[in-house]
Amino acid sequence: MGKRVAIVGTGQTKASSGRKDVNGQEMINEAVMKALAEAELTRDDIDAVIIGNMDHFEGINYVDTWSVDGSGGFMKPIMKVTTGGTTGTTVAMAAYYHVASGLFDKVLAIGWEKNSESDTTGAIITAFEPIVDRPTFGGAVGGLAVMANRYMHDWGATQEDAARVAVRDRQHALNNPNAHLRIDINIDDVMKSPMISWPIKYLDMCPRTDAACAVIFASEDYAEKICPKPAWVLGTTNRHNFTFIGDPSFRTMITLEECAKALYPRIGITEPLKQFDVMELYLPSSFAGVQWIEALGLCKNGGGPELIASGATNMGGECPINPSGGVLSSNPIGATGLLRVAEGALQIMGRADKRQVPGAKTALSSGFGGCYWSDLMAFSAKKPN
Amino acid sequence: MDKVGIVGVGQTKYERKKVGETFFDMIYEVTVKALDDAGLTIDDIDNVITVSNDFWDGRTISSMAVQDACGSRHKDISTVEGDGVYGAFYGAMRVLSGSFGTTLVVAHNKCSQSRMNQITNAMFDPIYTRALGLDAITSSAMQARAYMDAFGITAEQFARVSVKNHKNAKNNPLAQIALDLTVEDVLKSRLLADPLRLLDASPITDGAAAVIWANEAAARKAKKAPVWMKGVGHMSDAYHLGDRDLARSPALVGAAGKAYAMAGIDDPLKQLDVAEIYDAFSYMELMWYEGLGFCPEGGGGKLMDAGVTQMGGDLPVNPSGGCLSANAVLVAGLARLIECVLQVRGEAAGRQVKDCSTALAHGINGPCGQSHCVMVMGK
Amino acid sequence: MTDWIEQTEDMVYKGRIKVPYTWWVGETGSHFFTTLRDEKKLLGTYCAKCDMVFIPPRKNCGRCFNQDLTWKEVADEGTLVTYTVPAYEADIHPIKPPFAYGIIKLDGADTGLTHIVTGFGDGQLKAGLRVKAVFKEDRDGHILDIRHFQPV
Repeated sequence: MGKRVAIVGTGQTKASSGRKDVNGQEMINEAVMKALAEAELTRDDIDAVIIGNMDHFEGINYVDTWSVDGSGGFMKPIMKVTTGGTTGTTVAMAAYYHVASGLFDKVLAIGWEKNSESDTTGAIITAFEPIVDRPTFGGAVGGLAVMANRYMHDWGATQEDAARVAVRDRQHALNNPNAHLRIDINIDDVMKSPMISWPIKYLDMCPRTDAACAVIFASEDYAEKICPKPAWVLGTTNRHNFTFIGDPSFRTMITLEECAKALYPRIGITEPLKQFDVMELYLPSSFAGVQWIEALGLCKNGGGPELIASGATNMGGECPINPSGGVLSSNPIGATGLLRVAEGALQIMGRADKRQVPGAKTALSSGFGGCYWSDLMAFSAKKPN
Repeated sequence: MDKVGIVGVGQTKYERKKVGETFFDMIYEVTVKALDDAGLTIDDIDNVITVSNDFWDGRTISSMAVQDACGSRHKDISTVEGDGVYGAFYGAMRVLSGSFGTTLVVAHNKCSQSRMNQITNAMFDPIYTRALGLDAITSSAMQARAYMDAFGITAEQFARVSVKNHKNAKNNPLAQIALDLTVEDVLKSRLLADPLRLLDASPITDGAAAVIWANEAAARKAKKAPVWMKGVGHMSDAYHLGDRDLARSPALVGAAGKAYAMAGIDDPLKQLDVAEIYDAFSYMELMWYEGLGFCPEGGGGKLMDAGVTQMGGDLPVNPSGGCLSANAVLVAGLARLIECVLQVRGEAAGRQVKDCSTALAHGINGPCGQSHCVMVMGK
Repeated sequence: MTDWIEQTEDMVYKGRIKVPYTWWVGETGSHFFTTLRDEKKLLGTYCAKCDMVFIPPRKNCGRCFNQDLTWKEVADEGTLVTYTVPAYEADIHPIKPPFAYGIIKLDGADTGLTHIVTGFGDGQLKAGLRVKAVFKEDRDGHILDIRHFQPV
């Protein structure tokens, strides 16, 4: 049977709109050094490396072999996993499976992106099918805007409802020295910000960022020796169901709902709002922050605005969401999903400093990308059975 | 290690230009073939790993193109961007983790749809190397030269690999280029970049392949006896060409060492019955003999001359025809693995190695075989 | 009924990906390129733990992860380690043939620099050949500020 796996160390670079002082490899190395330092390990201790980013953002083919000086892959096993925006989470999953297989004990997962090096939207558009979808696709913002539009139509949600999410995540980022955007805003600021693609306004939307994140996964034979409070992986799953933009219905965030329905029974979750102490969710727009929590079963469909307005998802609430500031505050796309994993794990490890949810024992991290795809990874302070 | 084995395989015919088929079509074809081969249905597949490359596909998130074709909707799915053997390894790890009973691994590439030298030029570092205009051919040519200089390997010895593999391809109905060649034919073929000639190089190929992994319990449902993974290892050398000793492959020695240790192999020439190794260029096969421990360092040419790796020799290498006969990049490693499975099963009619119970599959990633993945398969 | 399909040509849709790139060279690389541009000097970085001078320069050592590498000037002259002469033209080539690619072990460096070699006669290209960098007159801080290497 497989091994139990825990996260024992994480590292992230200070996110910014343009890290001009380092090239991609050097930026990766910064995050790796931080993770090794936190786990008190050296490059020699690492058994395998997994790395991911979205190729066309940096224009480098075979990033795994290119990165070895910075990623630590020199004369080690290294492999590249890439699945679009979900890359950060799927890299974490790959590391998890490397360890769970029993073949590797300490595995380094790296997600990174230097979005400043290219035209982000131009590259994102190439994700879509070239003959039918690509000519009319409006990039990530367009895709999220149509979903938001539909949600408002179906449930009567307002732009103010969404603005509350933007305020929450951006307020949370003030506690996170690594976040790219740390701005003290209120609902009025959001409502007055320029419209990008109706109903998504400037302050409703995530930035594009340069940053790297590294996470060390260890098997049960090593985790407790390395880390006093390892973040045990309870389970992970993903659903990348759709290929064409017109495929999904917008009844809810369907893939996230499917992930939750697949994962929760396996890990004994019946009341996610109660049973999870904290969540780090990949919410690329404030509207997603209102709608997609419904798919996670935190409330019924259409109940998102009320839950957000109640403060339950703010620091100090029943289940804080995105103490790190989330994707609205930092979006180094290949790393973004891994940052959610790292931040969820930091909460369990008790290393989240000013953004720590006191006594957090269970955490949920989500990933998003591609054509409305979703991923989940859940953590616990308690070693699974 | 728990047991994990391959219970189903499928490949398209490898062709220069599959104009009428999309990535979707090719992946659907091999998924159906692999399921039929295994006697399973798509519902028996617990999760999927796809293998593709954003540059070759002209599409960021290249996995998106084939998800429906491999039945991944409502299943866990991920993507390895690298040679098919690495993807296959990840697929096997997902079964070994205990989370899944079966994994479908699919790989595709239509090299005909893009410009090989621009795509491979993009492997090189944009700051220090890319502007020089290197590609897979010119970089590999420099490696071939370094190898010849280090050990006195000759162009004739390279050519013998091409003669062998193109001839072996005659027995593989799926291979793209099957030819009866002489060493002279190879030496007379068009010069690409010295010392490499046209017939030293693998072709431009379109194709796809699929394998289905299963643990012991899930394998009971399959039609055929599984071919088990006995050992596996992967490792990468340094990146900048000038950082490496291009005449040697320490990363392959490392990867093979891990695979052999797991599989209990200390005399590969004796204990392996067949090997399918990544001959993107003819000289590489000789270099990889050495890295895999089939002969001492520098002995690749001699091993070739002695006939050991010919069909009928002590250790036939590339009965399928290898990459020299068909090289849909990324798919080619999976094709090597599939041939191993067919050989161990006794299903390689026309090119069957006698009493084949242990086989080695090998794939590479990055410029000049920077990274290697070795998998030992057996009964 | 379906015969006409067989006689129809497959439709092919042409496209390209045009994403512009700006690669940040970083402080380490910038020092290398500004020195190359302004002083026609080649710099490597030295890892004391591995006792190796790396060119192109690295910020950290990939082997031991030493973060404190120091700058070391290397000669603009060295020995050809390996080479090839492309026998085809390609739009990615920076110059028209005849030229060679070479990996050059510059004096003082422990790793080879990949670059262009020209000005060689028939049979002159061999491992061990001494070659020297020829710099462009107008340099902008680019690897091709070294126009090429040529036999000494």
